[in-house]
Amino acid sequence: MISGRTWCFGDNINSDLMVPGPVVYATPAEQARAVFSANRPGWVDEVKPGDIIVGGQNFGMGSSRPGARSLRTLGVACLLAESLNGLFFRNAVNFGFLALRCPGVSTAFTEGQTAEVSVAEWRVRNVQTGATLACEPVPPALLKLMLEGGIFPSLERDGLIAPKATKAK
Amino acid sequence: MGMTIVEKILARASGQAKIAPGDLAVVAVDTVLMLDTNFMPDIRREILKVHDAEKIVMVFDHFVPPPDRASADAQATGRAFAKQFGVARLHDIGRDQGISHVIASERAYALPGTTLVCSDSHACAAGALNCAARGVGYPDLVYAVTTGKAWFKVGETVRYDLTGKLQPGVFAKDLFLHISGTYGDHANQNVEFGGGGMASLSIDARRTMTTMGAELSAEFATFEADDILIDYIRARTSAPFEAQAPDADAIYVARRTIDLSALEPLVARPDSVIKNSVPVSQAAGVAINQAFIGSCANGTIEDIAEAARIVKGRKVANGVRFIITPASQAIYRQALEAGYVQILMDAGAVVTAATCGACFGGHMGVLGPNETCITSSTRNFKGRMGDPTARIYMGSSATVAASAIAGTIVHPGNMVRA
Repeated sequence: MISGRTWCFGDNINSDLMVPGPVVYATPAEQARAVFSANRPGWVDEVKPGDIIVGGQNFGMGSSRPGARSLRTLGVACLLAESLNGLFFRNAVNFGFLALRCPGVSTAFTEGQTAEVSVAEWRVRNVQTGATLACEPVPPALLKLMLEGGIFPSLERDGLIAPKATKAK
Repeated sequence: MGMTIVEKILARASGQAKIAPGDLAVVAVDTVLMLDTNFMPDIRREILKVHDAEKIVMVFDHFVPPPDRASADAQATGRAFAKQFGVARLHDIGRDQGISHVIASERAYALPGTTLVCSDSHACAAGALNCAARGVGYPDLVYAVTTGKAWFKVGETVRYDLTGKLQPGVFAKDLFLHISGTYGDHANQNVEFGGGGMASLSIDARRTMTTMGAELSAEFATFEADDILIDYIRARTSAPFEAQAPDADAIYVARRTIDLSALEPLVARPDSVIKNSVPVSQAAGVAINQAFIGSCANGTIEDIAEAARIVKGRKVANGVRFIITPASQAIYRQALEAGYVQILMDAGAVVTAATCGACFGGHMGVLGPNETCITSSTRNFKGRMGDPTARIYMGSSATVAASAIAGTIVHPGNMVRA
């Protein structure tokens, strides 16, 4: 069970708002500092590890820029959205970030309320209102990647890519 | 029950008799497109093994020629990678370079009935060639390079049946803006195009449509194969392929008919193309600082020819930068030979090297604070082409060229000659 404070965003939150142009090829830490700088400046200083994002329709539309990795880097525990862009979802799986489709979620929460998320039961509960919603189950193989750090660790174990060199910055 | 085009391609590629929405298809990837950006110093991972170098195509496109040290480092690293693993199909700066999605088409690397992945979202462009092509993340790309595989969560398919023929001055970009404006996003759905009207659309026009599938949030966007496509492929390769047609009893979540002859020029207002299109007349008069024609979607010879036709004998408005980026060296050469480059330069336009360039705000036309741009490229997100206060309208290349001359957004019909 995951439980966290919610931050509400609207429909069509795009990849470039999460990973703005100037940091597309910067380090993951630098990318994370720029999340939502154009549409919600200062948010990265307010969000805390364990918080949950509530999104609207078509969350993550756009490019392959890894917004999911930046949200994971910021410590966001989970994203719940009315619908998810498929490429955003792929990056969520592969970078180990829990992102779930949860119809009705954008109207079931107002910002600051607490969400409880159970991937065992595929249910979300609003702690303040008691409302419960069903999430769309993620196929087991993909959920395992989401919860266990994504695809790179397994490619490292299989000797297909080198262990990440830590780069001095 | 039957299968759609994408379901049939994914079934073949995954060795299954049947694929349906909800399935997780694990497929053998026929073509992996790698880009210069896959080797950028702060994000790249060192690949130790390659599954099959003959399935890899490498194209330098985002930063060409490299504008900074990081992109120069990326391209040097990419060249070394190609040499180390014996990737023969490397489209380096020079004769055969261009935007990867256009190269995949020009060289017929994306064969009908096959699968393709690339870490750029507009890889769906190859759907114009009846190829199940998808933009994936960088980790998926590394997975495909090292294992030869990719997974796809199979979505439902929306079918668009095209009838009629576009009127003069109306282009595939207007058809896209009609679909995005009317139906909004297609998240987790595939888009399939067919019908008698597709015969009036060139491969370039079809590729505009499939490229922009990414902007609908579609999983895959594919066209049916017809004689125009088969002739296009056969002019480029003798490699065997098996195009896939939808079954007569394929299941679609929606089936929509669009009469091409009923469409008019449209523009998307800034920040999104989702339910954000208006007739050009409703945006007319908006002053612009920059007009841009280019990208994998609309840097084709047809776009450049149309721009040349409109600006011939005219001058770009004072205070407007008109930037044209051919999508490949081959297109650039065609434009030179046809005299289009001369016409465009005489009008005051700048014609750049083939690159993604201004489309992603990388270089060659980045926008400053509070500037307004009209573009025929792929995306008009806030901050996409530069400063987040810049406003980006999207229209056809004809609308962009006409606006460059007028200095304000204008209907391309205003530039028609008597």
